[in-house]
Amino acid sequence: MREMHPSQTTDATPAPLLEVRDLRVSFDTPHGLVKAVGGVSWTLSPGETLGIIGESGSGKSVGLEAIMGLIKSPPGHVAGQVLFEGEDVLTMKESRRRQLRGEKIAMIFQDAMSALNPALTVGTQIAEVYRLRRRCSQTEAERKAVELMDRVKIPSAKSRVRCYPHEFSGGMCQRVMIATALALNPLILIADEPTTALDVTVQRQIMTLLADLQREDGMALVLITHDLGLVAETVDRAMVMYAGRVVESAPVSALFDAPSHPYTRGLIRSMPRIDGASGALHAIGGTPPAAGRMPRGCAFHPRCTHRIDRCRAERPALRPVAPRHTAACHLVEEMTHD
Amino acid sequence: MSAVDTNTAALPEEEHDRAVAITWRAYAKALLRDRVAFVSAVFLLLLLIAAAGAHLLAPYDPNHANLGARFVPPLGTARDGGFHLLGTDELGRDLFSRLMHGARVSMSIGLLGALCSGIVGITLGVLAGFYRGLLEDLLMRAVDGMMALPSLLIALFILFVIGPGFANLILIFTLLHWMVFARMARSLTLNHQQSTYITAARAIGGSDRRIILTHLLPNMVSPLIVLFTLEIAVLILSEASLSFLGFGVQAPQSSWGLMIARGREYISSAWWLVVMPGAAIFLTALALNLVAAWARAITDPVQRWRWLTPPRRKNQPVDHDA
Repeated sequence: MREMHPSQTTDATPAPLLEVRDLRVSFDTPHGLVKAVGGVSWTLSPGETLGIIGESGSGKSVGLEAIMGLIKSPPGHVAGQVLFEGEDVLTMKESRRRQLRGEKIAMIFQDAMSALNPALTVGTQIAEVYRLRRRCSQTEAERKAVELMDRVKIPSAKSRVRCYPHEFSGGMCQRVMIATALALNPLILIADEPTTALDVTVQRQIMTLLADLQREDGMALVLITHDLGLVAETVDRAMVMYAGRVVESAPVSALFDAPSHPYTRGLIRSMPRIDGASGALHAIGGTPPAAGRMPRGCAFHPRCTHRIDRCRAERPALRPVAPRHTAACHLVEEMTHD
Repeated sequence: MSAVDTNTAALPEEEHDRAVAITWRAYAKALLRDRVAFVSAVFLLLLLIAAAGAHLLAPYDPNHANLGARFVPPLGTARDGGFHLLGTDELGRDLFSRLMHGARVSMSIGLLGALCSGIVGITLGVLAGFYRGLLEDLLMRAVDGMMALPSLLIALFILFVIGPGFANLILIFTLLHWMVFARMARSLTLNHQQSTYITAARAIGGSDRRIILTHLLPNMVSPLIVLFTLEIAVLILSEASLSFLGFGVQAPQSSWGLMIARGREYISSAWWLVVMPGAAIFLTALALNLVAAWARAITDPVQRWRWLTPPRRKNQPVDHDA
């Protein structure tokens, strides 16, 4: 168990561990500057699980990569503020920031098979950060690797610590990846679609594992996904992104029970339900806008069934719907009532 | 957690084969199985021994002229009773001994030249690919420019100015061959830099130096070793042509190229003076190429288990999913 943060014990609402303020990410392309993320703000409390939902290209991964400092500049441009324990990550010195990565914030990736170095044994990779930061011996590092492999429930860890990633299955690779991220007991774990490349049973195991580890360590988890089912099961609070902006943010129960943005509604209606009527699934018409050709006003208006003239002209701001529940729609009041 | 158990129960059997211990014994066995590579490796090994121990192993002093034994054909015996495996040259010097001493020069020029140009080229190429930007532009234009130059002519010109000799040859070869390594190292770096594991290494806070040394380079070893081996062959050939033209190694030192140059005058009467060193060059280059092909397979971390494990019997099909 990690010791409690001082502010956490005194306050009723814990101080945010991570606070993102108006984060913007854009890229230079041959077709001019393209905005990938256009002003996103959110907070993460210690131990919380935040789900970020969105289609491909909605800016969910790019935003998190910007926070981790994985966006190359140029061509990328990152603006805004990312406060980790009150300190702005974006303006701090690169060496300090590198210290933060791995030590405090860790990240796991979608395709674990390709996120592991094929030329190094899994043990080497798991213990790499540990060796780097704690400056321990080779044998000590291997012992730590075995311990971490046990933690992520890789069977017969001792005999497999010297295996190469290609000798492992996809689910096992993801476990190795998680072990790598856990080496230094980070406060925040960012999981970028951790189960997309896996089949459903393995998906289930990985999510259970993540939830267990989170409970044991009290770390905060940011889960990027486009799988609504996954969000419904694992997340405390969810944020829906569309075209680089947050369109709705709510506790997960509120999001599923009373979705307030037409996009969120569309998503939830397009999800197959075991208790619902059978038949064709609902689909949201049209396609998401290309990052270079964002429509004026609300980015969703060309696909929205509820649009009014105002949607074409004015971009809606995030407005409170209920406590801790915000949505960016001009018709929020009407939407919540029907 | 029964779900976990079902997932892992199948693993040990399936993955057992691939988890061969990567030991020297496994490498040796894999080499024995590949006959062509094995013969080539043995040839190169003998050549290295002959070159390194030429002063001890050679049957005659390579520079000892014996006018009584001029132009003895291969397998011939001189009038004084000396047996000459590969014959003698116009001064009665033993060709076999001269080839051994020549091997020393040719091999060390090939190895050192490839090593120096490799170090320079790989360093620059990796930096260019990793940091991109102006450095890459300048470097790659320089590479393009260098590639456009007729290298033999440039080599001749520079050697004419700074004078021939062993060290100068290495210098020239580094100058004229680093681009090959730089190009390949850059493209490999670009290729691997896109991989998620480089991003992942960055995400755990790896420094640039660490990412280059422990994550990029090990993944580039396989193709670079092949290039290195092939470059040795190319350099041995280059050295031969430069020495043939009189700008390389100078007498009394001898190299294979120089021997061909000297033997040229007697080609109609004493064919072995040209054919023997020519064959030595040819066989060495061939062996290096064949070993390179084997080295490519065996150094690839993902592929090597296939070569390191004994072949299965035919009725046991293996699912080779990469």
